[in-house]
Amino acid sequence: MQHALYYKSKKFLINTLIHIFLISVAVTCLYPLLWMIASSLKTQDIIFKDISLIPQQLHFENYIHAFKEEGFGRSFLNSIFYTGFSVFGVVIIASMAGYAFSRLRFPGRTILFYMFIAAMMIPIPASFVPLYVLLNKLHLRDTPIGYILCMISVGLSVSIFLLKTFFDRMPKEVEDAARIDGCSKMGIWWHVALPLAKPVLAVVVIFNALNVWNEYILALIIFDSRKFMPLQVALQVFRGEFVTNYPLLMAGLTIAVLPIIIVYLLMQKYIVKEITSGEVFG
Amino acid sequence: MTLKQMKIKDTLENYVFVLPAVAIFSIFYIIPFIWVFQLGLFEWDGISFTRIFVGLDNFKEIFLQDVNWWRAMWNAGYITLIALLFQNILAFMLAWACDRQIRLKNFYRVIFFIPPVLSEIVVGMIWRFIINDIEGANIINRMLASIGFPNLMHQWLSDPKTVLTTVAAVHCWKGFGWGFLIFLAGLQTIPHQLYESARVDGANAWQSFKKITVPLMIPVTVLVAILTVLGSMQAFALILGLVGGEFAGHTSVPVLRILASMRGSSSRFGYACAQGISLGMILVTISFIQYRFSKKGQ
Repeated sequence: MQHALYYKSKKFLINTLIHIFLISVAVTCLYPLLWMIASSLKTQDIIFKDISLIPQQLHFENYIHAFKEEGFGRSFLNSIFYTGFSVFGVVIIASMAGYAFSRLRFPGRTILFYMFIAAMMIPIPASFVPLYVLLNKLHLRDTPIGYILCMISVGLSVSIFLLKTFFDRMPKEVEDAARIDGCSKMGIWWHVALPLAKPVLAVVVIFNALNVWNEYILALIIFDSRKFMPLQVALQVFRGEFVTNYPLLMAGLTIAVLPIIIVYLLMQKYIVKEITSGEVFG
Repeated sequence: MTLKQMKIKDTLENYVFVLPAVAIFSIFYIIPFIWVFQLGLFEWDGISFTRIFVGLDNFKEIFLQDVNWWRAMWNAGYITLIALLFQNILAFMLAWACDRQIRLKNFYRVIFFIPPVLSEIVVGMIWRFIINDIEGANIINRMLASIGFPNLMHQWLSDPKTVLTTVAAVHCWKGFGWGFLIFLAGLQTIPHQLYESARVDGANAWQSFKKITVPLMIPVTVLVAILTVLGSMQAFALILGLVGGEFAGHTSVPVLRILASMRGSSSRFGYACAQGISLGMILVTISFIQYRFSKKGQ
């Protein structure tokens, strides 16, 4: 009897220690974000004096000022626009290709597929240099369409891979039924395959949305005009040459971070499931 | 329509499915990829019509003369080493702690993956103003003082001696969530019966950890290590956010060097490409060695 009690209390102790460890790491993860949000509601003169997480007065007007600051509001819309169009493009283009690589026969099928996969494996840290030259030649540099096309091409490899793997495991019978009913290939892809692929499409959407929203280097290189810049690059406007307006910067950072966190929290079960299934890296 | 014509039409239809992907990918991914290797052999400022073919001179310069490049490689290597050690050990410990019947498991999983979904530049900026030791919030130092270590207070970001370690620490904060999730996935594939039968045979917790967990986790560990190396060696936006630049070389990293070659006062596109190829080859080699190592370990 005492034995059981000993083990029970030992287990309780271990579990408590584990929770303390996990909670302290979780606090470390959250604290910077909470501090950022708290600071975005303070004023410049108290922001570094009062470092508490609960501001005494809430200055929501910082957000309005941040949106008005040198086109920062516009860059927020730009980011939404780029993310939306890139993700839409990747979903359509990659699901068509993924479906074809899985289901349809044509010469060069294997080699084309491996082209996408090989690109996923080889790091090219300087690829933005020739990309800059290429976009210049095509007169696509400093244009939204040029940036969106680049972002689509960046997302294609992984997305095609995920979708092909999914379609490979999907039973063919469903499509056979549609084919007998006289559905065209495009029709089958659109009416049968895509609706069934919703779970994997969710993953494709999230990963690409995160990727485009957070993208920095291409935006830095491609855009000269302020009016086209996405959020990540536009954050620089808050770094004044002499004085940085910290509450505005914090408001700007919050604007850049909150959408992605909300999307993540809403969709986290797909992300966590996808990574834990190990398919992305298989 | 003959049968043959129908077959051709069928194949053409199939190509329509892959055409957009192949076209966009070829133009915006494959062509730049090939161009990197071609441009690496030229001396070119990116604007003028004439490119001077210099053969392997760019690579010679990188490997024999470019002190700044190797300093950047060294800095990135330092960040990578810290990430490999501390970030991944932390990630493994967290995964190990979560791999059991424990309350709030999902909560932890969600929280630990928040830093990885943020952008490098944003993470850098937030931490800059948390650490900010000259004019700012100075939170790290205040905390050190309040828990009784005022003598450890330090200008973490403005002292050349500590700035790179600070960068590495923030990099680990941003990155450990990846390792955590992958390790956790790996741990969950280990069948529970193995531990049960080990316990029946009289093995204690440490023994079964050493004999069951560690060997079975080698492939996953190698995967995490490869991803860590690839991510850390190419990190740069975090430094731009956190430090603001190369800090007279103290925080220069390869990608910032490539960027400097391209956009600096004398822009050298060919040289930037050659630098990129050098880094890419080193990364591929390291990944390959790690991969082989894992095959050997099994």
